[in-house]
Amino acid sequence: MRSTVLTDEPGQDAYKSSNPGISAASPRRTGGDLVQLISPEGERISHPEFDLWVSDVTDEQLCSLYEDMTAIRRIDTEATALQRQGELALWPPLLGQEASQIGSGRALRDDDFVFPSYRDNGVAYCRGVEPTDLVRAWRGNASSGWDPYRHNIATQQIIIGSQSLHATGYAMGIQHDGADSVAVAYFGDGATSEGDVNEAMVFAASFQAPVVFICQNNHWAISEPVRIQSHIQIADRASGFGIPSMRVDGNDVLAVLAVTRIALDRARKGGGPTFIEAVTYRMGPHTTADDPTRYRDANELEDWAAKDPIARLKALLRTKGLLTEEVEARTQAKADEVARNLRAGVINMPDPAPLDLFKNVYSTPNSWIERQKDHYSRYLESFSGSTQEGAL
Amino acid sequence: MSKLTFARAINAGLRKSLENDPKVVLMGEDIGALGGVFRVTDGLQKDFGKHRVVDTPLAESAIIGTAVGLAYRGYRPVCEIQFDGFIYPAFDQIVSQVAKMHYRTQGRVKMPITIRVPFGGGIGSPEHHSESPEAYFTHTSGLRVISVSNPQDAYTMIQQAIASDDPVLYFEPKRRYHDKGEVDETADLSTALSMEKARVVTPGSDVTLVTYGPLVKTANDAAMAAADEGVSVEVIDLRSLAPIDFPLVEASVRKTGRLVITHEAAQSGGLGAEIAASITERCFNYLESAPVRITGFDIPYPYSKLEMHHLPDLDRILDGVDRALGRGNSLSGLEG
Repeated sequence: MRSTVLTDEPGQDAYKSSNPGISAASPRRTGGDLVQLISPEGERISHPEFDLWVSDVTDEQLCSLYEDMTAIRRIDTEATALQRQGELALWPPLLGQEASQIGSGRALRDDDFVFPSYRDNGVAYCRGVEPTDLVRAWRGNASSGWDPYRHNIATQQIIIGSQSLHATGYAMGIQHDGADSVAVAYFGDGATSEGDVNEAMVFAASFQAPVVFICQNNHWAISEPVRIQSHIQIADRASGFGIPSMRVDGNDVLAVLAVTRIALDRARKGGGPTFIEAVTYRMGPHTTADDPTRYRDANELEDWAAKDPIARLKALLRTKGLLTEEVEARTQAKADEVARNLRAGVINMPDPAPLDLFKNVYSTPNSWIERQKDHYSRYLESFSGSTQEGAL
Repeated sequence: MSKLTFARAINAGLRKSLENDPKVVLMGEDIGALGGVFRVTDGLQKDFGKHRVVDTPLAESAIIGTAVGLAYRGYRPVCEIQFDGFIYPAFDQIVSQVAKMHYRTQGRVKMPITIRVPFGGGIGSPEHHSESPEAYFTHTSGLRVISVSNPQDAYTMIQQAIASDDPVLYFEPKRRYHDKGEVDETADLSTALSMEKARVVTPGSDVTLVTYGPLVKTANDAAMAAADEGVSVEVIDLRSLAPIDFPLVEASVRKTGRLVITHEAAQSGGLGAEIAASITERCFNYLESAPVRITGFDIPYPYSKLEMHHLPDLDRILDGVDRALGRGNSLSGLEG
């Protein structure tokens, strides 16, 4: 289905069996410490525990993470441009959150199931969703862009935090089935104030469901800074529910990969839910309809630009002598390709037919819908033969 | 055939669904060891295990939200909302997720979720325990809404609801839980009347009286009382509130020319309004008089010493029948 070279299995199995304590002994909370394996300057920081979870990552895989992050940033840029050109109605940029999404997304196994928010296009990319399908709903051509069962990722969720309950229920189903896959909920810092996210943690803890909560704390819920949502670090909330948590540098792809693997491993082994706070930053607007200059300081953006997730990995690759011309060219070519595919897909996307309105409201025929569809279809037919084209 | 109470009939239907389909899972508050506050799920956890009859934490939004996730995984959750007035915390999950998921995913993800709601008044309860919130849900596209009025339908329709690939709200008239009726537990679901269909429960020729759930019994009693006065009332049990079987109601009104609708829920914006409007659109020329609504008032459900004034009873319904017939009634002189 897609590249899953970085999942926690099978490469990690030998390690895990010889170090059974690691997942169980993983801190209930990493304290105030932010898990970080790459500094903002691109230096590899060693850590006695978390290093073990990425020790199998090869140079080639590091380059592949760089390629993924570059590709989704390019999709993001292209989608924003398409919106400005009137081809998309709206777009929610993920600029700045590439490491959080690729680091976690690439840790998943094919049979894991993701419940994303609307900004998790990088995760969807990891699940093999085509760039064109990422924007179908944002163009208004469909209510969603992909088949959840083909990619094992639900369609994007717009109601804030709602999907955390769906992930928990799905995880309860995994449990009933006796499977060792994991459900993963993605949401933001704003969502942690929603009742649904809190209820999801109650249920997940109560049933010890194999679910991982990944909160990308990007510091802004449209115009509201994270301090309006929480007086304590968001990761610290989890302990109140009896859920172990980790706070990770969300702009460090390697650290995100490590903590996600730990959480997935715990869930697979029956250890229940884990909460991850990935501390990152929404460098762009909430959506293309938003104007962040009205509510946030340009200096703040500059500070975070210095911690850019892609620049950071690039610096590490350079230090390691991996940033060859060939790697740069390959990365660029991939980004060009996805952008080209996206643009062509959008421009050539056929408009839906008027009577598609009535499709799939129910899975079986419904007398109310059938009657209204029949009447509207007659109405449309009444124009045929006049100046307007028959719309059917 | 066996004689069962309403509650036992639902229990038997749930049991049958649990036996027939391993993907059926019951979820709710106090439905396990206690068997539900009305004992509707009595004995099911003991026989099917805690993994299939799940006592959940007290969070209605989460009961429905996790049911969405289970449905995503291929399960058929049956959620119990303990009382009508406790459904509102789950409103967002029902309206924004359960109802829209099939449409949102272009038919790829089905939501075969049944939401059981004990509803209606008449049992002397405190606030939030006697409401009739069905119109909130009949106004929401993507949901099927049904209400049962007798043990046989309760038994059959709970199974039809669970077998449906669409989400179904199943409204149970709690004041009828202890009523007994004959139930054929061998009845074949495939030949049973579709849950979308209404049923004429008392045939008549002068007035069509449309109702559902707890008031079907009251309406039948009213029809008997009217017969004593020589008025022939046709009582229709809607059974399905969304969609409504309008062809059946229309056929009756074409025959009688008069329409009375009664429900416990408040009047304005309620099902009675929808039925009156739709029937007027469909067969205006057959109506001999304006449709009449006999309903709960547009007030919060009252404290229990006053509920008998709020709930339509036999006499108020008969008063409505008189209005439809243009006979002397409590509003004589006010019409027009």
